[in-house]
Amino acid sequence: MSKQHVSTVINGEPMEFLCEAQQTLLDCLRDELHLTGSKEGCGSGDCGACSVILDGKLVCSCLMLGVEAEGHTITTVEGIAEGDKLHPVQQKFLEHAALQCGFCTPGFIVAAKALLDENKNPTEEETRYWLAGNLCRCTGYDKIVRAVLDAAAVMRGENPPSPAT
Amino acid sequence: MSYLDKSALRLVGTRPIRPDGVDKVTGRANFGADMTMPGMLWGKIKRSPHAHARIVSINFDKALALPGVKAVVSRADFTDVPPEKAHIGAAPHNLRDLSLNCMAKGKVLYEGHAVAAVAATSPSIAEQALDLIEVAYEVLPHVMDVEAAMAPDAPLLHDTVFTAGVEPKPTKPSNVTKMVRFAKGDVEAGFKAADIVIERRYTTKPVHQAYIEPHACLVSVAADGQCTIFSSSQGQFMVRAYTSRICGADIASIRAIPAEIGGGFGGKTIIYLEPVAYMLSKKSGRPVKIVMSREEVFRATGPTSGAVVEVKLGAKKDGHITAARTVLKYQAGAFPGSPVQQGCICSLAVYDLPNAETIGYDVLCNRAKVAAYRAPGAPIGSFAVESCVDELARELRIDPLKLREINGANEGTKAVHGPTWVNIGYQKTIDAAKASEHLKTPLGPNQGRGIASGYWHNAGGESSAACHVNEDGTVTVTEGHPDIGGSRASMALMVAEVLGVPFESVRPVVGDTTAIGFSASTGGSRVTFAGGMAVTQAAEKAVAELKKRAAVIWDISPEAVEWKDGKAYPAGPNAGSFEPLSLAEIAGKAARTGGPISAEVQINAQGQGPGFTTHICDVEVDRETGSVKILRYTAIQDVGRAIHPSYVEGQMQGGVAQGIGWALNEEYVYDKDGRLENPGFLDYRVPVASDMPMIDTIMIEVPNPRHPFGARGVGEVPIVPPMAAVANAIADATGIRMRDLPMSPPRLLAALDAEQPRLAAE
Repeated sequence: MSKQHVSTVINGEPMEFLCEAQQTLLDCLRDELHLTGSKEGCGSGDCGACSVILDGKLVCSCLMLGVEAEGHTITTVEGIAEGDKLHPVQQKFLEHAALQCGFCTPGFIVAAKALLDENKNPTEEETRYWLAGNLCRCTGYDKIVRAVLDAAAVMRGENPPSPAT
Repeated sequence: MSYLDKSALRLVGTRPIRPDGVDKVTGRANFGADMTMPGMLWGKIKRSPHAHARIVSINFDKALALPGVKAVVSRADFTDVPPEKAHIGAAPHNLRDLSLNCMAKGKVLYEGHAVAAVAATSPSIAEQALDLIEVAYEVLPHVMDVEAAMAPDAPLLHDTVFTAGVEPKPTKPSNVTKMVRFAKGDVEAGFKAADIVIERRYTTKPVHQAYIEPHACLVSVAADGQCTIFSSSQGQFMVRAYTSRICGADIASIRAIPAEIGGGFGGKTIIYLEPVAYMLSKKSGRPVKIVMSREEVFRATGPTSGAVVEVKLGAKKDGHITAARTVLKYQAGAFPGSPVQQGCICSLAVYDLPNAETIGYDVLCNRAKVAAYRAPGAPIGSFAVESCVDELARELRIDPLKLREINGANEGTKAVHGPTWVNIGYQKTIDAAKASEHLKTPLGPNQGRGIASGYWHNAGGESSAACHVNEDGTVTVTEGHPDIGGSRASMALMVAEVLGVPFESVRPVVGDTTAIGFSASTGGSRVTFAGGMAVTQAAEKAVAELKKRAAVIWDISPEAVEWKDGKAYPAGPNAGSFEPLSLAEIAGKAARTGGPISAEVQINAQGQGPGFTTHICDVEVDRETGSVKILRYTAIQDVGRAIHPSYVEGQMQGGVAQGIGWALNEEYVYDKDGRLENPGFLDYRVPVASDMPMIDTIMIEVPNPRHPFGARGVGEVPIVPPMAAVANAIADATGIRMRDLPMSPPRLLAALDAEQPRLAAE
């Protein structure tokens, strides 16, 4: 069966790829475009490790077919930083030690960015419910939530204290 | 040298950003499934749909005829590991069993057991090829639950297994692979002397480690047998050794490269895929990548045991426990090796018991072979003992924390399994609990508070490390332990502390099996202890060498040189008056003063300190739905010395979250044919962010003097108490004692309704 040709914009760059009809967007990102930052944790949309932003909306890329990306705009974890300037969410994850194994981290970074793009001042509860679609088995979520709330403060122009040195 | 004086430390105890952090937050870090090689094929594994069956035949004809299929393997491609070669080095696993687990021989022993594999030019062709492999089975009766498997007429998994540890030696094979027993004093006399005796029975279901990264590997075997393996595991030396033994290759022919690992918790201290990928690569002549789906992870990789635990406690009215007897029956799954012995030992280790007996049974059943899961065996045993101690406290009307204080282990206590405790912090965790803000906070309606304690012995073992001073004065430290939780940051902290240089100038690296000496796996809470000991010794050796080189430059005796704040100084006015030399200055002259400046160390670390902990949990029970909300949680643990406090807190918080999931929701659901009905994260319900509150941690430092910085293992102890802490809190909130895990909403609702039948809906 011949492959489909897909044109899309990923992390601000026009990109095209060939794929089989049944390959998910996640498969295409990882195996056709070698953007391996997005991870497969479950393949069924339950863990959020494959989170990307599609036309400004947070989606699980494992629940979308690659061919459905035709003509759309996608942001992956690789597009969150600007060159060597980390996004506040990324910086705060590092300062708060909000990652241990780091496998769920790309999904959380993307999901947190999507949250803060929509809600500049989330409460702890709003943050927890927004991130309920991203599973982490290492951290118990404590430091992740603190990092996201701190990043929100930075993005509002406030200067939250650093975690204790 | 000893660095036990915290006030003298400059770096250890601070919270710098981990050196591998930027790659992880930007998606650049390479995990097991992220690598490719030219010419790579995709491998997939055909798995048994039956819980117990004889393999009658396997036919590959149709699969081989599919264009794009390049190789197939089955048991026929593997040689059995002979019994005398079943163990390798000090590794704990039976490789004869592991080989049969990687590829079934004659019989399949659980749904998901591998029977064949294929490598093809794309994942979809490999998938199609699997359907074309024809396997005929003769289905056999199966057995799942531990007590059913112990019955004399239970279906037998292996007719070569006879119960070890019983006299006289049995003549009939059994699913009970062994019985273990530890005892102290005279339990019968102890029970006779008691004012009150209670006997209770507790059960747990199997749960999975549920790491978010499925198993994955990329294996390339060249025509001359030289092999490269890229995989995520808890030990690249384990990957190399086990693959070599199962595939019949020399160890030196295999280079195992550790990928970043997306969680393990013990479940990646063994292998499933590498030997299969090895054979596919050997037969096809091309690299082969195999990645498990989440469904495969649930069906075919080790959960931990489900269990039945019976506890009998006798005590005086004043709270002193006079006797304890526990009987633990743990599922091993398809091959021997549940952690029942650890369960026996750890659950009683928290207490100073004059008379005690603990008996454990390891029981085969048609489930995936059990794998280690964070403090293996201990959480199950402690769920039972800590619940029973709480029940005893309520019977005696003594505060549960006070009861633990009365009976808790102290300096000099002799544990039931033999050792005498020195340098332990258990009573300090009780003191901290008593003084905590948490305990003073009042509770509202339908809310309750539970206390539980825990113990884990931690591990030492073999580690290697190398410390290289580079030409510009920066330092590369190579060690052999996959970093599952931020350990590279701790390694760099310790090395930078010894050398007296900035943290940022030390680059820690986890080397592959050709880059560093043998190192035992990441697990047993041993990396900061044993790995840290090795890197510290390597750094000290490097300092000795740097002093020697300064002596050469100054033309004085090495004894006349001292090292301070990253520089060599003359040791006194008699040594001569020389300007201090920095690492960079000495390193720049290395070639002229003797050659490259490196130090390498190989140790078998001894003297690991045990870990003790006490947890406080507040819950709120919704009487309409049976759902339990964790309101507040405090974990208090003796951590020895927190090298990087953020990552120690992280271990405590992560263990607590896993324990809460184990307590409230996680379980395997099987149908009547032994097939798993919930092999995915929707119905295998782990805690999500909205389930959890912030998790407060109190780190108590009773340094372990056997480690240069006082470190103790910290990663496993925190998962030991939560199940009982939650159960005790539910009992406090509702008066209902849940003795069977998980305490999921349907079960709690049924118990609430039984206590107080609902009025008919209005």
